[in-house]
Formats: sequence, C-alpha cells, structure tokens
Amino acid sequence: MNAPTLDELAIDPERYELLDALFNAEATRRDFFRIAGAGVIVALFLETEVVAQPKGGPVPREIGAWIHIGEDNAITVYSGKVEIGQNIRTSLAQVVAEELHSPVKSIRMVMADTAMVPFDAGTFGSRTTPAMMPQLRRAAAAAREVLLDLAAGKGKTERDKLTVADGKVAGPDGKPSFTFGQLTKGQKVMKVIPATVATTPANKWTVVGTSVPKVDGRAFVTGTHQYGSDVRRKGMLFGKVLRAPAFGAKLTSVDVKAAEAKPGLTVVRTGDFVGVVGPTEYEAMKGLALVKAEWANPPKQVGAKELFKHLKETGRAGKGGFGGGGVAQGSIEMGIKAADKTVKETYTLAYIAHVPLEPRVAVAEWEGDKVTVWTGTQRPFGVRGDVANALGVTQDKVRVIVPDMGSGYGGKHNVDAAIEAARLAKATGKPVRVAFTREEEFTWAYFRPAAVIEVNAGAKKDGTLTAWEFANYNAGGSGLRMPYAVANVKTNTYSSQTPLRQGAYRALASTGNNFARESVMDELAHAIGMDPLEFRFKNLKDARLKAVLEAAAKQFGWGKKPDAGRGFGLACGTEKGSFVATCAEIAFDKAKKDVRVIRAVTAFECGAILNPDHLKNQVEGCVMMGLGGALFEQIDFADGKILNPDFANYPLPRFRDTPILETVLLDRKDLDSAGAGETPIIGIAPAVGNAIFAATGVRLRSMPMIPNGLEVK
Amino acid sequence: MPPVKELHVNGAARPVDADPARMLLSVLRDDLGLTGAKYGCGEAHCGACTVLLDGRAVRSCTTRVESAAGKKVSTIEGLAVGEKLHAIQEAYIAVGAMQCGYCIPGMIMSALALLTKNPEPTRDEII
Ligand code: FES
Repeated sequence: MNAPTLDELAIDPERYELLDALFNAEATRRDFFRIAGAGVIVALFLETEVVAQPKGGPVPREIGAWIHIGEDNAITVYSGKVEIGQNIRTSLAQVVAEELHSPVKSIRMVMADTAMVPFDAGTFGSRTTPAMMPQLRRAAAAAREVLLDLAAGKGKTERDKLTVADGKVAGPDGKPSFTFGQLTKGQKVMKVIPATVATTPANKWTVVGTSVPKVDGRAFVTGTHQYGSDVRRKGMLFGKVLRAPAFGAKLTSVDVKAAEAKPGLTVVRTGDFVGVVGPTEYEAMKGLALVKAEWANPPKQVGAKELFKHLKETGRAGKGGFGGGGVAQGSIEMGIKAADKTVKETYTLAYIAHVPLEPRVAVAEWEGDKVTVWTGTQRPFGVRGDVANALGVTQDKVRVIVPDMGSGYGGKHNVDAAIEAARLAKATGKPVRVAFTREEEFTWAYFRPAAVIEVNAGAKKDGTLTAWEFANYNAGGSGLRMPYAVANVKTNTYSSQTPLRQGAYRALASTGNNFARESVMDELAHAIGMDPLEFRFKNLKDARLKAVLEAAAKQFGWGKKPDAGRGFGLACGTEKGSFVATCAEIAFDKAKKDVRVIRAVTAFECGAILNPDHLKNQVEGCVMMGLGGALFEQIDFADGKILNPDFANYPLPRFRDTPILETVLLDRKDLDSAGAGETPIIGIAPAVGNAIFAATGVRLRSMPMIPNGLEVK
Repeated sequence: MPPVKELHVNGAARPVDADPARMLLSVLRDDLGLTGAKYGCGEAHCGACTVLLDGRAVRSCTTRVESAAGKKVSTIEGLAVGEKLHAIQEAYIAVGAMQCGYCIPGMIMSALALLTKNPEPTRDEII
C-alpha cells in the first residue's frame, strides 16, 4: 500500500459520526426468519410513526435493533454495536432481561455482523447507552406484550391475569404456565414497533442498575474468549505487507524475485501494494525481508520539534468550531479591563497513540465473488464499505464480522488490515490473515490530534470571572464550552494542517480543552488568592457539575494541608451528558526529579446507573488511561517517520504508576442514562497538573507534563 | 537447524513441526490452536503473551520455540481442572478485574508464577 498523501491524512477528528450512509439493503420479513429461525421477532422501527406493512413485504429501513425469541426459549438480540471492553454484552443484556423478566444468562447478543444485524454507524461517542439502550428496552417491552397476547390466546385466559416472570408467562396460581419457547413454537410473528413504546421506569428496575457480573468473565479467565486475532480458518495463510519507510514516500522500483523463488510463498503486487503470503507469519515476514524496494525521498515534513508553531501558523478559523462550542458574547477587552488579575497563556497537547493492546488484525476469505472479513473495528458497516471500494465490488458482496476486540479507544474506525487481507486472500484463493505488529499499529493507524490552546482570562479579587477567551488549534471543539458563568466570553476552534494522520480518541478534544481550562482556573484562583474549590463554586451554575465537585472534594478531604513534598489539585468538567470531578494528590521527589501520583478520587454522574461495578471499571480505566497522556505519552516524529513506535520508547502507565483510585458514583434514577466510557478521562490531567503546582510552584502547560521527570531549581 | 518436532504443553506431548527460530507464542497460537496467550507488543514489554516454562514466567513473543523444547510449557488453557477454575481465575471473576479481557490470560499466568514462588507478595513485589 502506498503511504497516504497529506490530504488523505487530514481526517477531520470530529466529523466521523457523519461518515456513513444508511443501510442499503431492503430487509424483508423472510430475511429475518432466515437468519433467526421460527419464533417471535420484534424489530424496532426508529421512526415514531408505524406505517402499515404489507404482509411479508419489506420492513422499514430504519431498524435500530431486533430481538428474536425462539422455540428453544433463547432470546437473541441483534445489534450493530461492537464489544470493545466496555462490556455492553452485559449491560445491554441486562436491559433486555429487565423488560422480558428473564435471567441475563438466557440472552444471547449477536453483535456487529453486517449480514445479521441492522445498520449501525459505529460504536463511539458514548452513544451506545443513550441511543441503543432505550431502543432495546422498547423492543424487549414490546416482545413481552406479544408473549402475553400469545399466552392469552393459547391458554384461553384473560390477558390481564397473566404475568411474565423468570422466562415464563403464567396465570394466577401458575396456571396456565408457558415457557417462552412453548409460546413461540411454530410461530412466525413479526412485530415492527415505533420508538415510543412504554418501558419500566428506572425506580422500578431490578436487573438494570445492579452489578451483574460480566457475561464473558469465565471465557476471559480461561483464555477461550475469541477475539479477532484468534480467528483461524481452514487452510488459512499469513500475509505481511510492504510499508513505506516514511509517510509520503513513493515506491520507485521493487524486485520480488528472491521472495517469489522461496517455496510456499506468494508475492502479490498491485500498483504500490506489495504483500507476501506464506504458511506461517514467520515465513511471510522472512519473505517480505527479501523484497528489494526503492523509495523516492519523501517530501520534507514537519516534525515534533516544529509542530506547535506549524499548527498555529496553518490554523484557519472554524465555522463556529467544527466540534461546536464556538461562541462570542460581550467584550473580552472590557472583561480584561475589569479584572484584578489576568492570565494569558498557551497550552499544548502532543500527538498520542491509542495503543489498544490488540493491534489491528483481519482474516479474509473469499467464496466466489463474495468475501467475509473478520476484523476488529468500531465501524463494521464503514469497513464493509471501505473493503468494497478497495476491492471494486459492491457492498452486498462484503460481509464484515467483528469479534470482540482487545480494546479500541476511538482508534479503530478504519482498518487497513481488512483491506489488505481481502486483497491477499483474493490473489491466493485462500483465507489470509494480516496482523499488524505493534510498530505497524503505532505507525499506520492514526493519532489523537495534537493541539495549541490559547487562553486569555481574567477575574476579580472577589472571585468573579470577567473574561474568557479560548482558542483550540487543530484538536476540535469538544469540551470547548465554558461551564462557568462569565459575561465576556469568546471560544473558537481553528483547523490546522496536520503532519500526522489524526482521528477520534476517547473523549476527543475535551481532554486537552479541559486540561487548559481547569489549569487556567487554577492559575486564576492562585492569582487572586482564593481556594480553587471556592473559586469554582463561585462561578459554577450547573447543579450536576457542582454535585460531582462537592462529592469528590468531600471524599478526598479537600481543605486539609498536604504533607511536605505533597500537593493537592482538583478539576471538573462535563461532556456528552455526563459530569466528572477529580481530586489528585502527588508526591514530588526533588532529588530524583520524580513526580508520583499517590491518590486520585473521581466523582462521576451519568444519569441512572446501569451497572455500578462496570461503571466503576470505566471510571478507573479512564483515570489510568488519562494518566499516560497527562504525564508521559507522546509521539515523537520527524520527516514522516515515527521515532518511538514501540513500548520501550513509548511509555504507558504501568502497575507501578497506579495511584490509589477512589470512585464516587452519583446515581440519578430520575435522569436518562448517558454514556460513561469517555468523560471520566478529562479530569485527571488538570487535577494532577494543579497538584504539581501546589507542591512545587511550577505550572506545567503541556501534555504530557513530565515526560522527562521534573527539575525544580 | 532441525525443526522442533515436539512440545510438552499442559501435561501432554504435542507434535509440531516448527522452524526453531520461530517464537513460542506463534507456535502455540498458530500451530497448536492455543490462542489464550496474546500478542500485544512482540518486544517482551506488555506481558499479554506470558506462559510458564518449567514453572517460570516467560514472554513467549520473544522466546524461540527451540528453547521451549524439552521443557514443560504451561498456558492459560491448562490452568482450570475440568470445570474447576484455579483460585486466581476465581479471584479475577470475583472482583471483575477485566474490561476487554485481552491481557487477562497473561496477567493470570504472571500472577501464578509470582504466587507459586512467593505466596504473600508485598505491593512492591507485585508491581
Ligand atoms: S506480546 Fe507483549 S510481552 Fe510478549
């Protein structure tokens, strides 16, 4: 494959949710029963009005999810979402179990197989809980009503005397009593429902809202859980692909004779794509080493050293901020004049990698003119389109199956391995597996956008914020919105030329924007001599944000004095309908120039909690992941080369970096559940930065903050 | 160098036919179908590929298969006895210590090696 050009590199980091066209196949009732077998099917129609459907005719295009109840009592949920470690196999099953009054273990989730599930744009943006969960609740509630109808007919009983419990429909005193399978046997009932069916309110939940253990726990600990990298097909071969020595380098000549001469190896070449296929990965790798390729010198490219200057110089004003949040109100000039203290500073954010522990991997197998690809991606239908385009076939010839993934973090929207495997499989006529090495994953995936953030702010001695001017170059508008009340405010985003391929990352730009905002709030608080917590409360209007801040401060014991060499810091933020506050304690060892994060307390609120234990996992995972970007993760690059594409040179948080983690969850049963996989990451970096300032008097304005430790004179 | 013809894995002799320079991880996963150990980095850093060689934890991604010949290889697949899980596996489930689960087999095998040597390690010994 050729190295991407600069234009191709410029994936707008926050427009990815708009990439996909709608489901392009007309499913019919027969299709559903062919996939699922006889029984009862409830499909959720996303539009609010149900259009009368001709019997056996096409079902509406906008199906969000569907549930099948078979003759064997099995309840099967079909959804386009993917499992990346957020454990939605469990939380979505809980939701269905709740409405169908059935055990969680009786529910099977069929996920992300483009031949089996309705179209889904992808698993990202914390959308599964607020969007998919209500759909499944409604579909399951409607399925329960169908079962009641069937039981009333079959048992010749009054419908309102029947109850559904423990996977059965029964009358008073248990008579009559039918299992779900007895009711659905021989049936081909299909019900298409609108998105408005009534469901069980949160305060009546018995399954949702409890810490149901992960449904795949046993498979995880026995090593039997099947990830994309574990897919093995009969006669499967292994492929390796020739990579350019630098981004933008053009292949000028290639000699594959030596590789071709090796028995068992096939060399595939189309244009600039060169791949070697062999019976083992080792042989394919050795074969690839025999390929002699000449590359034209790549164009001169911006490196890490010139990065921030470059982002600033190439920045063009977004139309109100391409991630939203661009506003202008009042006058910054007046606000600054009215202030007793002002802060005018530039913050920066390095490129970082997602580092999912499972690198990109795909297995492709052709049958006639159709190809099936098993791969880990957050956009199964998107990758189906990518493979179809690359191979010159229509999308109906491509089936993408997404086994559960060894994580993604927003980093698996595109999967070049899927296209490469499909090419190599086509050329060899055998199933082919392409697995990225860690170095390939570091180099040929995409990065979290780097950023320059400029802030100009002022406050009065009494704590009133008077001016807030905030601009983000390159990373986007998530978290740009000012949660504090201020009369004069101007926020904006600028899109810059990015020297590296960049894209979505857990919580998008809000990590960087929150880091800059919460650090500047701390700077202002110190400038006017006010406690940082008090300063925030003085300017906060949002009751939900106040509540998490209060909860975190209380648990942490904010207000007490740190021991010598220690420092306390706090930060808060809101994004995607959820709210976080983090307090951190750090220890500074001046002689060793070392900063350790000792303790991190995070309070989090995302509406009604679906599964407290899993939610805690998400919060803790976010804090640990956020620590890496806060302290030491950064991509080093120059002239189109990644200079630290391995774990030896790209440090990640280890066990030894783990602080004492405390999590306070605020359960708001009165509010809709929001997603929780992203927002808890945004509090840790500023909390740690503010704690470092408290301990050392040094203000760190770049993420990562201490890639080489901290020297204080 | 002659190919490696046999490995002792989880208490049984398993015939293989592997180039001695290949890594143990690849032979376990690709030739023997034991996919519990995972590839995470290939550079002995992450530990997702950890298995035991004669009871000692090794990174199988950088262990040549020839150095495993004649030794006892233990992988996650051999840890449970029938349906009965090992205490470490039980513990991971009990506290839900997993998210995507990808690294868990490596973590459990590392924990097994540590606890066999040192049943009551301190926090410092663990990290
Ligand atoms: S795969 Fe990471 S240590 Fe072996």
